[in-house]
Amino acid sequence: MSVLRRRRDRGADRFADAPLDGPLLEIDNVQTHFKSDRGLVRAVDGVSFSLERGKTIGIVGESGCGKSVLSRSIMGLLPSNAVRHGSITFEGREIGKASSHLMKQYWGTQMSMVFQDPMTSLNPVMRIGQQIMESLRFHLDVSKDYAEETALALLRSVGIPEAERRLREYPHQLSGGMRQRVMIAIALACGPKMLFADEPTTALDVTVQAQILDLLQTQQRERFMAMVLVTHDLGVVAGRTDDIAVMYAGRIVEKAPTRVLFAQTRHPYTEALLKSIPKLAQASHTRLEAITGRPPDLVHPPTGCKFAPRCPYAQEKCVLEEPPLVEHGDAGHAFRCHFPVGTEAGADALARNLSAGETATGMPVRKEGEVLTTGIVV
Amino acid sequence: MLQSADTEVVAGTAGAVAIAVEEPPEEVFEKKRIPLIAWIAIGWLVFIAAIAILAPVLPLKDPINGYDYANPQKGLFTPGHPLGTDDSGLDVLSKVVWGAQASLLIGVGSILFGVIIGGFFGLVAGYRGGKTDTALSAFFNIFLAFPQLVLALTLVSVLAPSESAGGGAPSWSRRVTVVIVSVGLVSVPILGRITRANALMWSRREFVMAARAQGASGKRVMFREVFPNVLPAMLSIALLGVAIVIVLEGALAIFGLSVPGDNPSWGNMINSQLSDLNAAPTVWLVPSVLIFLCVLALNYLGDVVRSRFDVRESVL
Repeated sequence: MSVLRRRRDRGADRFADAPLDGPLLEIDNVQTHFKSDRGLVRAVDGVSFSLERGKTIGIVGESGCGKSVLSRSIMGLLPSNAVRHGSITFEGREIGKASSHLMKQYWGTQMSMVFQDPMTSLNPVMRIGQQIMESLRFHLDVSKDYAEETALALLRSVGIPEAERRLREYPHQLSGGMRQRVMIAIALACGPKMLFADEPTTALDVTVQAQILDLLQTQQRERFMAMVLVTHDLGVVAGRTDDIAVMYAGRIVEKAPTRVLFAQTRHPYTEALLKSIPKLAQASHTRLEAITGRPPDLVHPPTGCKFAPRCPYAQEKCVLEEPPLVEHGDAGHAFRCHFPVGTEAGADALARNLSAGETATGMPVRKEGEVLTTGIVV
Repeated sequence: MLQSADTEVVAGTAGAVAIAVEEPPEEVFEKKRIPLIAWIAIGWLVFIAAIAILAPVLPLKDPINGYDYANPQKGLFTPGHPLGTDDSGLDVLSKVVWGAQASLLIGVGSILFGVIIGGFFGLVAGYRGGKTDTALSAFFNIFLAFPQLVLALTLVSVLAPSESAGGGAPSWSRRVTVVIVSVGLVSVPILGRITRANALMWSRREFVMAARAQGASGKRVMFREVFPNVLPAMLSIALLGVAIVIVLEGALAIFGLSVPGDNPSWGNMINSQLSDLNAAPTVWLVPSVLIFLCVLALNYLGDVVRSRFDVRESVL
């Protein structure tokens, strides 16, 4: 009896009857609020998207725009002061209200996560092999030898040389890139259907970043696994994801297939993010266009468009009325803007602001040659 | 063996080439030899434990009734009394050897009690946080507010009334057990707080979240992920605690609440001479030195164990 219960608790066959059609993950109007002394922090405020099996979505935004909280909300890995609303459907099952006790059946085997900092996300006092085998043995109820063999194969598949030796080493004996590979091996150990990569390369050396991203991409393709890639760097998701959702102040401001987003950028925030990436074609001391100011206070967000205070296109209407997330055209391109970039309305708005020297929110704007300068330049 | 490892690296193809960019971690995993100091520490502890156990068969004078009124308060190397005698001419060597039984049992036993009970509640408080933490911390703090000696005295007298309170005299083993439990209870909040503080810190680390994201249960995370990281801090306090407890036992002995009658213990011996340190210095010096050496040995041993298990954090 106890053996039976253990197996059922581990949920090995619970997902066998899951429908194979329809999106793997569908989230609708997800809101995650944190109770704090200052009031309710609206870290995620009404986010919806869906993700097909084997597809990838990139979630992009500055620090503090809610992208990490969103991925943790979907996983159900939130601290106790968080309140989560909205619907999260995984393989047709509603998990938005699921307790962490129920979610344990999903964690590891159905969905899994690679964290930002491989320096702190491995247990310093446990051998690498043990850390990989642990989740294998726990979820799949396999023998020790089998788990060890699998761990070895996993380490090899994530590109760790001398895997036999590494298996018996401690995290501090590995470099940052190696540790992130180990983290990926652990996350993939039980063959999850969906992987969250929460800024997987932010803490790594630039030389290693591309390798880790390539590794994630290969594994994702080989395993036909859905992936949510969270990053602050549009350069990271370019060419690696099927869709991109740009988040600002806890909301999606623009969402499109990757190619469309880069070709027809519509939201001023996305445009600003793109302009802040250095380009190879530019001369080496070209000044990058920084985004003036900071993301808004999530306890008292501004009325109207949340980006208006920092937006060179901002008009009276933007301050008064928040634009809804509307899909335009048939390419699945949705954005949240009254005066979108690359349209007549947007061009007019910018021209008006340039001639006035400031936007409707009082932010100075001027143009020097091709470079748009915002904010007060010292 | 080496050959095959080499060919494998070469055969590692493109993957291995790409990885070559990453700096190779230094070779730190060679088998280390156990340093001499550790052998000395082990030897010392084994020796002390051995004489404590073998006290009944060793050719020693009677530590309770073996009065030698002709030779009170003698110093070192007195014929027949290599470590001198106390006020009544009792042999210090004999007292120290017999006293090791009570002292070691109480020192190690009560700290073990404290580590298990205090460690458990501290771990739970630190890991769970919230209301559990508030409740357990309040409990620890209330207990910490009492002076340790007063608390220990109260607990011992509640758990085992002394002879004068009527009834038969409690046996030596019963008294030792009572002292272990009482002093253990006193050490619970101290060890509990240390464990809680450390567990609190480690529980916020990302690897705990990572373990949860892999579906590990709270219990599993607590004991498999957090506990091993908290252990070093707990042990360093616990080892010091052993010495403190041995002396505390002596304080209890003054009130007649430790080992019954004139049964010797190290703490008992130290405390019996506190009013006049000069009278018979070996009586308090010898057990003090022994306590010091035992704790030193335990600490060295702890260090060696830690370095052998090689749980350094290079980049944390």
